[in-house]
Amino acid sequence: MAATNSTAKQKVGWGAANLIVIVAAAIPVLWLASLSFKDPSTLGDGSFIPHKWTLDNYSGIFSTSLFTRALINSIGIALIATFLAVVLGSMAAYAVARLNFPGKALLIAASLMIAMFPPISLVSPLFNLWRIIGLFDTWPGLIIPYLTFSLPLAIYVLSAFFREIPWDLEKAAQVDGATPFQSFRKIIIPLAAPGVFTTAILVFIFAWNDFVFAISLTSTTAARTVPAAIAFFTGTSQFTTPIGSIAAAAVVITVPIIIMVLIFQRRIVAGLTAGAVKG
Amino acid sequence: MAEITLEHVTKRFPDGAEAVKDVNLEIADGEFVILVGPSGCGKSTTLNMIAGLEDITEGELKIDGKASNDKTPKERDIAMVFQNYALYPHMTVRENMAFALKIAKMDEGEINKKVEEAAEILDLKAHLDRKPANLSGGQRQRVAMGRVIVRDPSAFLMDEPLSNLDAKLRVQMRTEVSRLQKRLGTTTVYVTHDQVEAMTLGDRVAVMSGGALQQVGPPQELYESPSNLFVAGFIGSPSMNFLPGNLEGGTIKTPLGDMQLPDEMRRKVEEHGSKSQGVVVGIRPEDFEDAELVGDKREQGQVIEAEIDVLESLGSDKFAYFTVQGERAVAKQLEEIARDAGAEDRVSGDGIQVTARLDAASKAQEDAKLEIWIDVSKMHVFDPDSGKNLTL
Repeated sequence: MAATNSTAKQKVGWGAANLIVIVAAAIPVLWLASLSFKDPSTLGDGSFIPHKWTLDNYSGIFSTSLFTRALINSIGIALIATFLAVVLGSMAAYAVARLNFPGKALLIAASLMIAMFPPISLVSPLFNLWRIIGLFDTWPGLIIPYLTFSLPLAIYVLSAFFREIPWDLEKAAQVDGATPFQSFRKIIIPLAAPGVFTTAILVFIFAWNDFVFAISLTSTTAARTVPAAIAFFTGTSQFTTPIGSIAAAAVVITVPIIIMVLIFQRRIVAGLTAGAVKG
Repeated sequence: MAEITLEHVTKRFPDGAEAVKDVNLEIADGEFVILVGPSGCGKSTTLNMIAGLEDITEGELKIDGKASNDKTPKERDIAMVFQNYALYPHMTVRENMAFALKIAKMDEGEINKKVEEAAEILDLKAHLDRKPANLSGGQRQRVAMGRVIVRDPSAFLMDEPLSNLDAKLRVQMRTEVSRLQKRLGTTTVYVTHDQVEAMTLGDRVAVMSGGALQQVGPPQELYESPSNLFVAGFIGSPSMNFLPGNLEGGTIKTPLGDMQLPDEMRRKVEEHGSKSQGVVVGIRPEDFEDAELVGDKREQGQVIEAEIDVLESLGSDKFAYFTVQGERAVAKQLEEIARDAGAEDRVSGDGIQVTARLDAASKAQEDAKLEIWIDVSKMHVFDPDSGKNLTL
């Protein structure tokens, strides 16, 4: 039958397309993982599956404070930036979604503009500014630029979610005796939870992955994050390449992102507001 | 328990539009008052002002004798049912009902007791741990009611609480709401656009149009003695027939023929200072009758002959629709009603459509002539400009 033929063909076509995409995305990651398990002597052998398995690369990076300190910096800076972006962003987004205030259009336009700004153009002025006011090579020195870029994004995503929440729910809470803050915390935020988690993931990934600010605005291990620290890796001797260590470090910093997404994707479910209104 | 008083209450929006104009209304303790009117008449705004969700521009609101204009909804101690119920979707039925009590920091055991009681009354015991998404429309409506009654507030405010239900359930819930209100004896203000709901539910009905209160009174009074054209046309289904008339002494010339006003009615019309002028005549469908069936009363009324266009037999009654030659009655308030009914451009050719409610025993037939008797004593005469009922 023609119809079944075409669906069979479609299945094959889609299957092939999916396979190509998956392979294209997964091969580099798997290759990186494979490199991280290879013994330095076999790094250049070109085989996909390591002949000589070793965990030396991992134990090596964890034995240097260069990496462990950077990992702590990365986790701390990304978490603080995420937390602040979500808290400040949700309050700002609520105002944008619910209130009419003078200059609202300007605020939205300005925040969009900031989000579009190329980070590299900010690096040199920030470098000078941070050195003058003493934020250079500190956690706040990285958290602040991360916030400037992630807050507009947070406001956009969250205000879209807030707009979906029926006004009447807040009125009901108000009549039930809740203060505006109570209704925000107990009604609005739980209902916008998918939006809050989406925002959190996006901000966390942005802060976690950033290289431009991290390499430019830090000079010691005091605030250097992993992406920047990797660039400082050296081999065990000056004649060995640090490829194995770099691969191991790359795998280590990929893991938290995967865990984050796995945890939160279950919370990012649509239709949480189903049943709020109408019969 | 509380009485609610509105004194010269006005709502003006920043753009200058007046949603509510100088409303005066006294709602007694325990009374069930309905605000009814077409959409955009200001009834919901009035309710929101009583609730404290909307500021009062001018005038004074008193709840339980205390000035309440500037009180927050919390301080007013009122509870409200919303048109779309506004249940909190992330909370179970139990949590939904307990929310206000928790905010008020009531004792946990006390909260549970109250929620169980309300669930018992509303037959929701089996659903207490379900989320609103898993409930039917009727159940959600009951949860919304439950959320209101657990609080034992001084007044209930209801904003078209039944309009999202299907017709059958609506009638059932209507009785339910009425029974509940009687049982609890709590002052209730109920907003609806459905005049049938208004007539069946309330102790008193307040008809609103264009932001202004038109008439307040018991349902029967509104029906029998509407104070103006708007109320006359809005209340009653099928609605009152309106015809243009010309008042000359004790007689009104209408497209249905000349009507002799009964003495008492004539006196009242004259008291209003109108002896000779254009008027609008209103006759309710049930004030028509098949002339063969009226017997002795025939002399007290007017008999006309009409050709029936459509006849609907409802078993208990028959509705006869016929057309009278002439121009339709023109008045500002009639246009408002037509606009609300969406009938303003439904000008059906020439002539005036008249609806008559005849006894089931009538032998009227479609496309046949019938002698129809009009009960002149029940007729209403209105001033077309002010809309005022001249027979009151």
